[in-house]
Order: sequence, then structure tokens, then C-alpha cells
Amino acid sequence: MKVEQIAIFLENKSGRMADITAILAQNGINIRAMSLADTADFGILRLIVNDTERARQILKENGFTVGTTEVIVAEVEDKPGGLARVLQVIKDGNLNIEYMYAFTQKSGESGLIIFRFDELDKAIDMLLKSDVRLLSGEEVYSI
Amino acid sequence: MFFDKEYECMPREALAAIQLKRLQDVVARVYDNVPYYQAKMDDVGVKPADIKELADIQKLPFTTKEDLRKNYPFGLFAVPMDEVVRIHASSGTTGQPTVVGYTKADIKMWAGLMARSLCAAGASPKDTIHNAYGYGLFTGGLGAHYGAEALGATVVPVSGGNTKRQVMVMRDFKSTVLLCTPSYALNLAETMVEQGIDPSEMALRVGVFGAEPWSENMRSEIQDKLGIKAIDIYGLSEIMGPGVSIECVEEQRGLHVMEDHFLPEIVHPDSFEPLPLGEKGELVFTTLTKQAFPVIRYRTKDFSRIITDECSCGRTFYRMEKVTGRSDDMMIIRGVNVFPSQIEHVLMSVEGVEPHYMIIVDRHGSLDTLEVQVEVSESLFSDKINTLENLTKQIQVEIKDLLGVSCKVTLVEPKSIQRSEGKAQRVIDKRKI
Repeated sequence: MKVEQIAIFLENKSGRMADITAILAQNGINIRAMSLADTADFGILRLIVNDTERARQILKENGFTVGTTEVIVAEVEDKPGGLARVLQVIKDGNLNIEYMYAFTQKSGESGLIIFRFDELDKAIDMLLKSDVRLLSGEEVYSI
Repeated sequence: MFFDKEYECMPREALAAIQLKRLQDVVARVYDNVPYYQAKMDDVGVKPADIKELADIQKLPFTTKEDLRKNYPFGLFAVPMDEVVRIHASSGTTGQPTVVGYTKADIKMWAGLMARSLCAAGASPKDTIHNAYGYGLFTGGLGAHYGAEALGATVVPVSGGNTKRQVMVMRDFKSTVLLCTPSYALNLAETMVEQGIDPSEMALRVGVFGAEPWSENMRSEIQDKLGIKAIDIYGLSEIMGPGVSIECVEEQRGLHVMEDHFLPEIVHPDSFEPLPLGEKGELVFTTLTKQAFPVIRYRTKDFSRIITDECSCGRTFYRMEKVTGRSDDMMIIRGVNVFPSQIEHVLMSVEGVEPHYMIIVDRHGSLDTLEVQVEVSESLFSDKINTLENLTKQIQVEIKDLLGVSCKVTLVEPKSIQRSEGKAQRVIDKRKI
């Protein structure tokens, strides 16, 4: 149920996003989901891609600082209250979300929410018990 | 192991007797042969005959870098040019270069002291010495080279630059001793890893590092990364070059001064009054034996103190504390004196911080600003913003605690700070004063 995400350190200067996407493009890496967290001085780009290990390797070879983290991807119904239900489960379980971001599937019938928890196993357990569908890594990488 | 045990372990009284005789001799030589010294001594009314005991050295005027510049290039030489066999010069980054000269005897003496130094660091004739100090006007390359040959070791005169090739040469030649600046040692270690070479598989076992101030934490970093003992060597071209003092491998604590050739003093950095040897102040050296370019009471601008305790290695030469700052490198930030090595010390104490940093000083309005750029290594990096922000805060707090100056810590991408090929540039001062 765990999905691998890569995170890349970015200095706040122009052209860095373009550099990264160009490197990924040249190596045939497809981005499944992304989010950029930023501060005044730096940013952290988080990506889920179709080939985590290869993406990590080539970015490293190109001089970027890259880390990999495990996240979970939950499916939520694409209607009012879909996300609220999932967040209520998390709240009831007293779990703290480190960060989250969303993307959609091609079908467009449901939204996908990526969650980063410190207590990942506990979160998986809790969400599964409450019948929230979590996607496997293979499912996400091949979307 | 000793290269010159008779002198290196000489009883202090016998040493003092030699020092006095040599001091009297050098003072007479500069008085007779260098008009500039004669005029300076006449100004304060001191004659060579007034030097009756070692403490009388305090009657003599100091020599500064300014004096050397005024006499550019050869004005302070004490022998005719046909006796001078070699010239070296400082880089001149802070103005006109200072030029020094050596007779045949000077070169031989220097090689001997450098051989002593290498021996004290644990090297022997069996070693292969990779000498990455720059060859040229800089004293580091040739000074270390002649010393390594005098020792009888195999010297690889690789000089500076072309780091990838250096790594290959070091590996293929199975070099056991590395001579370079501490910042370049880290560049080499990093390049080894990039080339897929595990530094621990190298034959290297000791490094003799000098020519720039470095912190104790930097030493640990180098020792861990290269799997060697890192020994500090001290010297400056005005006095001779590398080999003025050296740490012994036994203690790695304080650098034994070659006192039979150089007489150290410590003076107050502002009043220039002599201080007791154990107190911290500016180091002053008088060369006792040099022929072509003797110097009397040269103010080095290096801060240290003299350790007079006995050393377990058996050398009787006093030790000078590792120099961690030169007054030339000192920055005054909002009225507080700050040395780059103090910031380095804080950075190296934080787990995962790479030894590559840049200090940027600027002025906004009337306020000095201090920015420290730190490269984000994989071990520091986190996908969580607050982890990285906590890290920068931690460094800020520790710098503030140690130095009393607040600063901004900026995380930068790996390799964005230029790697040292010799003397590392650590500070960019953008203030226009």
C-alpha cells in the first residue's frame, strides 16, 4: 500500500524546474503526480513517477539532492464530502498529516490524495479499516 | 621517529644557549648588511651589542608585511644576489606580493626542517608522498618537495589542479602520504567517491595539511572521509615556508616550533606588548639562521599561544596552539570579531553538514549582514519543509551562541559552492566601506 515518492531540493532560482523536467523528459520518465513546497529561499519538489529508482539515479547524476519517501495514495469519491470523509478518519485516529496533495485519474471518476505521515503503518491500518481504498505502488506508477 | 633527534630533543638550557648565540649573530648580520634594519634599530637606539640575553629581543623593532612591501622586491635581502639561489613570493591577494630569497644553505636548512616535519607526522623514507601543494612562487610545493627528498621518501610532484587525475595517480602509485591544503583534501575525498573509489581502499595513511586555517571539526571530517591521520603543518613564506612548526603524530595537539631556527614570541594584538607564552595573542617570529632573508620579530597576524608542557613524543620544542584565525581573515560584523574557522567549527559539528560553505558579508543600510551558505547533502535533506527549516535555525542558534552574531543560513544545492584547488575562498565581503 506504500507508494514511493522522490523529493528534490531546489534553490530558489529561475530555470531549475525546467532543468529537472528536461532531464526527466530526456530519460523517458513520466510524472504521475507532483507538488512543490516552497519557502523564501528554497523549494522541495515532490514527484511520483513511473520509474522511481531510475529517476532518482539520473537526477543524482545531474547533481541534484534527491531523497525517497514512502507515501500513501487514497482514492476519494469525486463529489462533495469525498475528501471530508477520509480526513475525518484521520482526525478520529489522531494522526497528523505532514503534507498532502491531490491529483486525478484519467477516468476522472475519483480523486487521488497523496498523504505523507510520520506514522505511516498506523495510518494505512486505520484507513483500510474504514474502507478507504489505497492504491498500490504499481497502480500509481502505471496510471 | 626523529629526523634530527639531537636538536629536536635537546635540553631547554642547551637550546636557549644556541638560540642566544644565533640571535646575536642574526641581529649583527641584518644591522651590517640591510640598511633598512640598521635605520630602524638606530631609530630606537639599539645596537647588536645590546642583545645580551634572549629577553633583549624585546628591545628590537617589529617587522611587518608593510616593511616587506616598502622594500619590494629585494630590499631586505642580507646577502648579494649572486648568493641567492631561489626566490619565492606570497600570492599578493591583499596587495603587492612579498618577495623572499634563499641561499644554498637556506634551501638545505629548509629541506632539513621540512624532513623533520614529515618525520614528526609519521612519514619515513619508505613512504610515497603525493605533494599537491602548488609548485611555483608559492613556498608550499617546492618547500615540501625538497623536504620529502631530504627525508628519502619517494615524491610525486603532482602540484595543484586536475583533481580526477590526482586521484588516479594517488591510487595507482599507492601513495601513503598526502600533502595539500585541508580544503583540497576534502575536494580529493569527494572526487574519489564520485569516481567510484572507496577512500579507505587507498594506501594513504597520513596527510600533512597547511597553508590555511582549519578547525578541529574539519580535522575529524578529513580523518573520517579519507581514513587517515590529519596533521597540521605551519609556515609562512616570510619566515621560510612550510616547516616552521609541525604537530607530532603522537599527540596531534599543538605544533612543535623548530626553535633552534625560529624564535617565537606572543604579543598583544593591539598594543604589541609582549605576553607570557601561555597567553593567546599574535605570533611573532625571528629567524635565527636564515642567510638571504633573515627577519627580525616578524608579526605574522596569526593568533595562537605557546604550550610549554612536555610532550609525550619526546620533542623539547615548545608547541604553538593550532592557528584557527589570521587577523587578515577576521571579519568585523556589527562590531564583533568573527573568524571563518569559528563558523566552520559550528557547521562541522552539525551531523550531515558538508564541509563546503561560503560566508557572505554585506551591508544593508548601516547594518552588516552575515549569510552562511551550506550545501544540502543527501543525509541532511528531507522532503519536509519544517525539517530543513529547523536545521537552518539550529545552525543560526549555534552560531549566535558561539559568536554572538546573528546570521542567515541559506541552503544551497550540492556542488554550487566552488571546490578548492589550493587555498579555499570562504568569504565574500560585499561591503563597500
